[in-house]
Formats: sequence, C-alpha cells, structure tokens
Amino acid sequence: MNKPILSVAHLSVSFNHGPKVVDDIGFDIYPGETFALVGESGSGKSITALSVLRLLPGNARIQASEISLQGDNLLRRSEYELCRIRGRRIGLIFQDPMSSLNPVMTIGDQIEEVIELHFALPQQALKQRVLELLRQVEIPQPEQRINDYPHQLSGGQRQRVMIAIALAGEPDLLIADEPTTSLDVTIQAQILNLLKTIQGQTGMALWLISHDLALVSNMADRVAVMQQGKIVETGRCDEFFRHPKHPYTQKLLSALPSMQSCLKHGRQEKPPLLQVDDFKVHHPIRKGIFKRVVDHVRAVDGVSFTIQQGKTLALVGESGCGKTTLGKGLLNLIPGSAGQVKIDGVALDTLQDEALRLKRADMQIVFQDPFSSMNPRMLVGEIVAEGIRALHPGVSAVNRQERVRQLLRQVGLPEDAAQRYPHEFSGGQRQRICIARALAVDPKLIICDEPTSALDVSVQAQIIELLKSLQQEKGVSYLFITHDLAVVAEIADEVAVMYKGKIVEYGSVAQVLTQPQQAYTKKLLGAVPVLRTETKPSEQQDKQAVL
Amino acid sequence: MTQYIIRRILYAFPLLMGVNILTFVLFFVVNSPDDMARMQLGQKHVTEKAVENWKQQRGYDLPLLWNGKAEGEEKLTRTIFYQKSVGLFLFRFGVSDSGRNISADIQQRMWPSLAVALPTLIVGLLVNISFALMMVLFRNSYLEHAGVVLCVILMSVSSLFYIIGGQFLIGKLLRLVPISGYDGGLSALKFLILPVLIGVFSGIGSGVRWYRTLFLEEVEKDYVRTARAKGLTETRTLFRHVLKNAMIPILTGVVVVLPLLFMGSLIMESFFSIPGLGSYTIDAINSQDFAIVRAMVFLGSVLYVIGLLLTDISYTLVDPRVRLS
Amino acid sequence: MIILWTDALIFLLIAVILMLGFYLRGKEYIKRPLQQIARSKVGMVSLTVLIFFVLIGLLDSIHFKPSEDGRSNEIISALDYWATPLREHGEKTYSAPFASYLYSKEMMMLADGTEQWGYPRLQFGGAHLADPETEQVPDILKKALYGWIQGASLVVFFMILLGSLLREPHKRLIVSPTAKAVWTVVFLIVSINYMLVYLSTYYHVFGTDKVGEDVFYQAIKSIRTGLVIGTLTTLVMLPMALLFGILAGFFRGWVDDVIQYVYTTLNSIPSVLLIAASILMVQVYMAAHEEAFTSVIVRADMRLLFLCLILGVTSWTGLCRLLRAETLKLREMEYVQAAQALGVRRRVILLRHILPNVMHIVLISVVLDFSSLVLAEAVLSYINIGVDPTTYSWGNMINGARLEMAREPVVWWSLAASFVFMFALVLAANLFADTVRDAFDPRRGAYE
Repeated sequence: MNKPILSVAHLSVSFNHGPKVVDDIGFDIYPGETFALVGESGSGKSITALSVLRLLPGNARIQASEISLQGDNLLRRSEYELCRIRGRRIGLIFQDPMSSLNPVMTIGDQIEEVIELHFALPQQALKQRVLELLRQVEIPQPEQRINDYPHQLSGGQRQRVMIAIALAGEPDLLIADEPTTSLDVTIQAQILNLLKTIQGQTGMALWLISHDLALVSNMADRVAVMQQGKIVETGRCDEFFRHPKHPYTQKLLSALPSMQSCLKHGRQEKPPLLQVDDFKVHHPIRKGIFKRVVDHVRAVDGVSFTIQQGKTLALVGESGCGKTTLGKGLLNLIPGSAGQVKIDGVALDTLQDEALRLKRADMQIVFQDPFSSMNPRMLVGEIVAEGIRALHPGVSAVNRQERVRQLLRQVGLPEDAAQRYPHEFSGGQRQRICIARALAVDPKLIICDEPTSALDVSVQAQIIELLKSLQQEKGVSYLFITHDLAVVAEIADEVAVMYKGKIVEYGSVAQVLTQPQQAYTKKLLGAVPVLRTETKPSEQQDKQAVL
Repeated sequence: MTQYIIRRILYAFPLLMGVNILTFVLFFVVNSPDDMARMQLGQKHVTEKAVENWKQQRGYDLPLLWNGKAEGEEKLTRTIFYQKSVGLFLFRFGVSDSGRNISADIQQRMWPSLAVALPTLIVGLLVNISFALMMVLFRNSYLEHAGVVLCVILMSVSSLFYIIGGQFLIGKLLRLVPISGYDGGLSALKFLILPVLIGVFSGIGSGVRWYRTLFLEEVEKDYVRTARAKGLTETRTLFRHVLKNAMIPILTGVVVVLPLLFMGSLIMESFFSIPGLGSYTIDAINSQDFAIVRAMVFLGSVLYVIGLLLTDISYTLVDPRVRLS
Repeated sequence: MIILWTDALIFLLIAVILMLGFYLRGKEYIKRPLQQIARSKVGMVSLTVLIFFVLIGLLDSIHFKPSEDGRSNEIISALDYWATPLREHGEKTYSAPFASYLYSKEMMMLADGTEQWGYPRLQFGGAHLADPETEQVPDILKKALYGWIQGASLVVFFMILLGSLLREPHKRLIVSPTAKAVWTVVFLIVSINYMLVYLSTYYHVFGTDKVGEDVFYQAIKSIRTGLVIGTLTTLVMLPMALLFGILAGFFRGWVDDVIQYVYTTLNSIPSVLLIAASILMVQVYMAAHEEAFTSVIVRADMRLLFLCLILGVTSWTGLCRLLRAETLKLREMEYVQAAQALGVRRRVILLRHILPNVMHIVLISVVLDFSSLVLAEAVLSYINIGVDPTTYSWGNMINGARLEMAREPVVWWSLAASFVFMFALVLAANLFADTVRDAFDPRRGAYE
C-alpha cells in the first residue's frame, strides 16, 4: 500500500478546558481514495476536520501526536506556513453554501482570490482559469455568472461555486463537510456525481464527512464511524456495511428507514376525515408607488386530497414546493388561503371566530425544529397543558395535571418532566413533548411538518415508531409532510407528491413508490440514495426488491 | 428604483406634516401667545396693552386655526397656523421674535457648523474604525482586554469634561491654538483644530466599542471561515472580507446623519463660540426666541427625513443583496 | 412628611421592582442570568457602588418640613437633616479644598481697629486652628486617619458580626472571590466616606463655590437628581415602548403603520431640539401658573419631573423599534404558531409567549440607557434646558464652574467634585450594564 496523504494520530480537542469533544482519534487517508467520517450530530466529526487545518476558534485546545500531510507534520508548521497549505493542498467545502460565501463579493472574485493567492498568474490567465473552474463544476453560462453575487444563484449552484473555490488551489485532498445536507434530494445527487467526476479527473483524495449512511455507502472506499468524540469502527466500505462489528454501528444501520416497508401496509377503506378541495394559498406581490397588488405568489395552487380516519397521508416535495405553507394554511395560521376544507363533514370556512377557535381541537400540528417550537420560558407541564387551558377552561387544575402526566407517559417521558424546562431535553425528547402537546386536546388529525428531519437517524426511527403506535391506539390521522421518501415508506398509507404548489401525483404508497407515473416523481425516487451493501450487480436486485 | 424613491418622498410629507402639527400644538396650544408675551416681556404685571403690542409686532394676534372675521380664503390664511406653520414647508421661516430674518441667518450660519461637524465625523470614523479593527485583530489577548476597559472608562466621562479639559490643556496651558472663536476663509483652520480634536476624542469610547461589536459579529460568520480555509492570512481576511461586509451598516449609519451635520453641535459651538446653527439655537433657547426654535425643529426634521432617504438609496449602492422595489 | 412628585414616583418604581422580583422569583430563566451576574466580580463591585449611590438618593428623597409652625416654607430631606452642619457652614465666596482662608482678598478689620487688604479667615473651614500655616497639614492628616479608623472599624465590626452569625452553607457569602471583592469595595467606600464626612465638619473638603456653599454637599445632593433622571425617565418610557412595540410587531397591518408613523415622526425631530422646545414651553407654563408652585423646591421638582417626562417621550422610540423587530421575529416562532393552533387567545399569547421573551431586551436597554441619561442631564443643564437652576445637579455645578476657569489661580474644585461623583456613578453603571447584557443576551450566553 502506498503512503497516506493525511495521517492523524491521537487527536483530542476541547473547548475552554471543557470535556473533550474529540477524544484521542487517529486515521489515515490515502491518495485518490474517498474516506468517509460518519456520525450523528455532535459526534465531533466537523471539529476533527477543522482542527486538522487549525480553523477552530481561539478557545479551542488541540492536542495530537501527529497530523501530517504527506509526511510533513502540520503541528510544527507556523500559522503563516499553514496559510500556504490551506486552500492550496487541502480544499474545504462546508455544509451551507449560502452562509459560507461572502455575500458582497462576486463569485468570480471569490474564486480568483484563491488562485491569486497560491499561483503567480497574469490577470488575463486568472480570469481564464476562473472560467475553466466554473465550467468544471458545470455552471451554465460561466461568462455571465462570473459577475453574479451568491444570492443570485440557486442552492445547488452555490455549492458548485464552493467546490470551484476548493478546487482552485488544485488540492491533493478535498474535505467535504456535509456537502449536500442543506440541499434538495435531486440537487444532492447532482453534487455527489460532480464530486465523483472531479475526483476521477484530478485523482485527489476526498474526505467526506456525513451523517447519511446511504450516501456514504454509495460514495466511500473506506468508512470510519464516530460516536461522542471517538472513532468506534473503521473499515472498507463494502465490508463495513455487510458486517458491521460495533454495536453502535449495528444500531445505526438497523435504524435506517427502508423503502421495502411500504409493501407491508394493508389497504382497508375507512370513512374520510379531512376533505380538501381546490385549496389555495396566495401571497400578494405589491408594486409601484402605492403598492398596488399586481400579482400573487401562488405558494399553494389548487390542491385537493382526502385523508381517511386513522390513516396517514404523506405530502412529499422539495424545499419551496409549498408543502409547509399548505400545512399552515389548513390550520388557518397564515393569511391568504382559500378553498374548501372539511373536517368530519364540517366546512371550516363557514365557521366564525369563536367557533373556529374551538374547532381547532380537531387539527393539531407538530413542527420540524424541536428547539424553536417550545417557549423556553415555560415549564414542560405548562406547555403540554396550554391547549387544555385554552379549549377546555372548565377542567380543574388537578385533573389537568393528571392529564399532563398521563400524556407524558404516553409519549414515553418520565412524569417529572412536567416540572422541567424544554432546554433540559434532547431533540428527540423535545419532539415527544411537542407530540404530547398536540395530543392534549384529543385531535382527530395531526399535521406533522417534517417532524424527524432535524433528528439523528436512530432518534428518527423512535419518533416514527411512537407516531405509529399512537395511531393504532387512538385512531388519529396524520398529514405527514416530508422531503424524505424513505420515511414515507415507513409510515404512510397514501402519498401526494407536490411540485411548485400543485399535487403532481397522488395515490397509495405502494403505487407511487413502486410505479411512479410522473417524470418528477421518478426523478425524485431515482435521486434517493439507497444503502449499497453489495457490489454492482446485486444493487440491481436491491432496486428490484423495492419495486 | 425611481418608483421607490418617489414613494419615499411621498411618505416624507405626512411625516413633516406630523412634525409641523406637533410643533404647532407645542408652541401655540399648550401655551397661548399671551403667555409667551408675558414671559418675554418679563414683568409680573404686564399691561394688556404691552401684550397686545408684542403680539401684533410678531404676528401672533391672529386666531389659531380659523379666522371668522376675515373674508373668503383669508378665513384660513389669516391664522397663526397658516402664517407660522404652513410657510415652513416652503422654507419661509419668517422673522425671529427679535426681528431678524431667519432664512438669511440659517444660510449664513450653516457653513461654520458644517466646517466643524464634517471633519469631526470623518476623522472620528477613521480613528474609531482603525482602533476597532486593531482590537479585533488582537482578539482574545491582553491588548484587546485593555482596550475594552479603556473604552468603558472613556465612555464614562461626560463630554463636557472633554471640552473643558481640552480647552484648558491645549488652549490655556500649552497655548497651541486659540481657545475659542471663528474666522472666515482659511484662517478658520486654527480655530477648528481644537473642537474637531475634542469632538473626535469624546466619541472614541462609544465609537470603538460599537464598531468592535459590529466586526466581532461579522468575524463569527461562516464566510470568514471559508476565507481562512482558502489560505488567507488573518489580516487579509479582516480587511478583504470582514471590513467589506461590516462597512455596509457603518456607511448607511453615517449617511443618515450627513444632512444633520448642517445643524451643528449645540455644546461644541457654544463652548468654542463658533457662529454656526448650533450656537444660533442655543442663543434662541436662552433668549426664548420661539420663532427660531420652531424653525430649527422643522429644519432638523427635514434634514433627518432627507437622511433616511439617502440611507435607503445608499443601501442599494453598497449592498448587492438589496434591490429596492 | 411631604411627598414631592418625584419622591412618589421613586417609591412607585421601588414598589414595581419589588413586585416584579416577587413574581419572577424562582423562575429558571431569570435565575441563571442572575447567578451569572452574581459570579461576576466586576458586576458585583459596580452593583455595590450603585447601591451606595441609590441609598444616598433614597435618603434624599424623604422630604419634610423641619419646623411645624408653618411660617417657614422650607422643605428639607433626611439627607439634609443629617448633613445640617455641611448645609449651614456657608462662607462668603470661593475657598479652595481644605483651605482656612478665603479665595479672594478683601478689606479686613483687624483687632486693633486698622483695616488691611488680605485674605480673611474662613468662618467655618479650619476655624478651630489657631495658626493654620503650621497646624493645618498635621491636623488634616490626624483627623483623616482618625475618621478613617472609625469608619474602618465600623465595617470590620459588622463583617465579624456577619461572619459569626452566618451558618456554614452561607459562608460563601463572605469567602468566595466575588464576595471578597465586594467586601473590599464596601470597606473602601464606607471608610473613605466616613473619613470625608468626619473631615467635613472641620473643613470644606471640596472647597466652597461662588456663594460660599460647600461643594461636597452640592455633589452629594446632585446624586438624587442624576438617579431620578436615569430611572424615572425609564418609568415613563417603558410602558409606551412595550405597548406600542409589541402591538406593532404582533398585529402588523394598520396598527403597525400608525405606530411606525408616530415614532418616525418623533424620531425625525432632533431630540435636543424637541427637549429644548418642550422645556421652553414648560417654562412658559410655569411662568403663567406661578401660583400653583408654592415653594422653590416644589417648583424645581416639577421641572425635574417634566424633564423626565420629556426625555421619556423622546427616548421611547429606540426601544420601541427593537421590541417591534423582536416581536415580528417571535410571532413567526413555531411555539407561537403552536399556541395559535391550540386555540389560545391572542391576548394570552401576547402575555404568555411574547412578553416574557422580550423582557431581556427591555432589561438590557434600561440598564444601558441609565448612564447615558445621567450624562445627558449634565449636557442639558449646561445649555439651560435641563433641570431648574436652583436644583443641585452635576450639570449645574459644571455650568457654574466653567466660567471661572479663566481665573488665576484656577477655581477647579467644583469641576473636580462633579467629575469624581459623576464618573464613579456612570462608570459603575456602565460596567454593571455590560455584565447584565452578557448575562441576559442569549446570543452572548451561547458562547460562555
């Protein structure tokens, strides 16, 4: 085996003399290979990457016996010498391309800056090189785009610019820190393909940092798993996914939602609970001196569907397709909605203020971000009891508390949780509290707006399980809004695919996921990274299994 | 863009109308012109005749809003409101209570005010930004810590002490420049040095602190990490990336006060006997010349509204993300 | 006992603070920042200094008529009563700190009947000395040491008493590093002030002013004025800023338009000019209604109150804008939307979800504004649109003293006294404000 390009040994990092967030880890990366560092949020994988280049803030303490780039120990290099290595020999791509690019510099200038810094090139050649890089990362019409500012580009294009910046120094090693996490699934596939292509062209090593096991299984040659600052398992990719050794890795793999599960659902007709007919949410666009309304943004544009009692409809779509707006619009949380919404046969648009307020008990919502969905100034008990106090003011304080305890038990939380504040709980536990809050008013329908996307894989599976068991117990229906098709297969009975404010495909889960009719649905399904445990031929079989 | 500016200019009218009505209420409704006359005439027992005389000389003997005795449209125009307040919109400031032409005074006095205020602003900006940048460059060091402490100490001293101390030290003990006064043309320079110097110095504490927080906020952003990952040195990152982003709030914050510089600074001008609008206002306050104070209030708000407009426009010029519509 | 308007408002303010403290006691989100403040040395030391100022200010806010016969219209405060010697030991005109002779020469009648042009002895300052030239310095040192020892032993006595009374778990109130710093400052403040007070019965420690009044007394009396302006203005401004800011941000639409219009209009008038115009009008009003103000002190108090009102009206816009922006952000928060979905009424959402989550902004801006208001008072008084000329204030002291800078030798002591007192108060307030901001600002807290 040839010599490693980067080798790290006994690396530990801590902040402000606190506990070690990276704890005595070591690994090697070889030329031309793709090395993946996998772990859940907070496991210390990003910090590991930043500490190699000493890009951590001043209060970080880095200890290591070796961090060497092609045999050159970076620990002994001064800050100035390190500047000659950053960008030149090691390139970096970050998660969020919007915030990682300077908002007030053109993308051309931002790429040019790297070349200027590391190579002595005449002005004309500089520009040629920038164009060449933009072409390499497949940005259309680079001559025009070169003078654009980051906000003028789409998310995928911004990440391409980030890649161009990282490539500009012609590095031997490219570190990609969650390069596709903030992107839509179709864009994600494109970016990953681009990275693969470029790696093929330049022969550089790729160090991929990700939480997404399916993605890693498709990209990596070798994998290391990080848990709480430690590397628990390292191995070759195919072997790793076929025979995970460490219990934590096994747990991670088993928690992955799989597309096969949709076949398990039985089909049994139930009476309809929610009937939505030609539902629209339009935001006015105002122009001119007197701000007249000249047009509307059609966030949701004529959507119709039905949810049966005790069943789950999954609403799938990429960011900006209007799925969250639809959810909030149904609950009357945003202005500008029109169309008929009938719940249990009662049309909501016929109801006036007080009647509408009382009817709110029927429909509840669970949000995506478990950190902003609870008032940090309130006790968990107060949060869960809020709906009871508002909609059933007659219930006595004692009964209310008893009900809160019962709800907390139901969602799998200790009873003393009521006396604590939300910040004392983890993301998954907070999501349980939110579910308890929604359940408190005995709703018939819960709108789950990406309830699992902010959570780690293992926690995600638990929340899905909880939702399923609550459905069986209480017969509650869900409108499950998500971008993640794998989760859809786990929980939904029916699927509606949304694109640009309209439902483009609507049917039972098995039908939509296995025999998609529309091109968009097919594209969406094709882009989902599937866990690759076998070599090429068997991958075909894998797909067949899904079909 | 043009539409936006037109809309903003149209919005300025109700604002100035509000200011106008507010000053009218303050000056004529809270107290009647009779009260003002008695106050001005000074004695406790003024004769009705003297009061009437005073009012007539200055045109305060009209009804407030509606002149029932007059004919036709004069019912509206021959009132205090029309004569004293509406005229301000056309910059007809009229005559001061002591009989001077206010417009002429303003035109003459705004230049000395600007001569003090503009250099103070520019030098102050340069000094504050350089110190703040230095503190950010040496962040988390003793140098920065000492700088922060020094800023708090400088901030805690009243500006009056800076002026008195500066005048005493530089003007009286060292006799470098005249303590106060003003002259036309280039010879004004030697009178300007001390007020500008003191003006800059008294603003350092709060200024440096403010810019430092601005810079620190920028430094923590993700694009700075990208810049460092490119291989840029700390200084270059600071100047090419952080400064460029932080300049947007700084510049637009400066633009809003630019028109107001004509108004001058009240204390500075009175301490240094500079014949600007600031000392004009103070003199008016001390001699209780209501007409001048009213004119200055209106002028000040006009300039502020212009400043707001300029701020909006400057945003489009310096920030590529902002496109006004 | 006589309660002036500002006194009443000060007591109201204290009552409000106490009630708020009672309501918030034990709440987690208030406890943690408070603990952080309690751990901060700088914060606690500056708080101690502030409390000392506040105590003097409170003592000066209890007014009564010393003689009950009703003839004299004089109103004095508890502080005046306590400092009667200082108040009554007036000289003819200027005298330097610790001087025994007057600042200016005048014709003196000697014992033998002849007249001489020279510096006369002061009536009170150093009057107990037979021969000031030789005795003065040793006497000052002796008295200073004596006074300091008295003050020091007083503190030490109380500390020992406290130490023996405290049970073991509370011992950290005197042994933790922060507590040690606080006790050191208490020791210094009390002993030095005791020394100054002790000395001031024999000398004018900060000299006397033009009409011979003790400058030390003036500087101490000015504390109340500074505190009143710094706090009562807040009391005026807070309800307006809170109500309008939250309503504008929460209801948006025409409510927002109207409120924005009002504060942009107010904002567009340069605040000094607005204050000047308003104060002019107050002057006219007071001149026209002279019969309503029975004594000088009542009149001066009314003007102080008006100044607070005017400052409040001109300064609420800044906080209002901040609160509006924060409310706009909060109303889009998912917990507010969840509450809406749960059918919680809008006023309950405002009280339960919005108000507690903007309180940190209010608190931070109140402490930050305090010091700038104290500084503003001096500037405003200087240009005659501040407090009444008869009110004791640092601004008036500076105003009176700066004309004398041209004299030879320089009359510096009024300036020095107001500088020392003002600087101590404003510095303490600034440092405390920084600590409060660090503790309550969620953005800063994240990095601790």
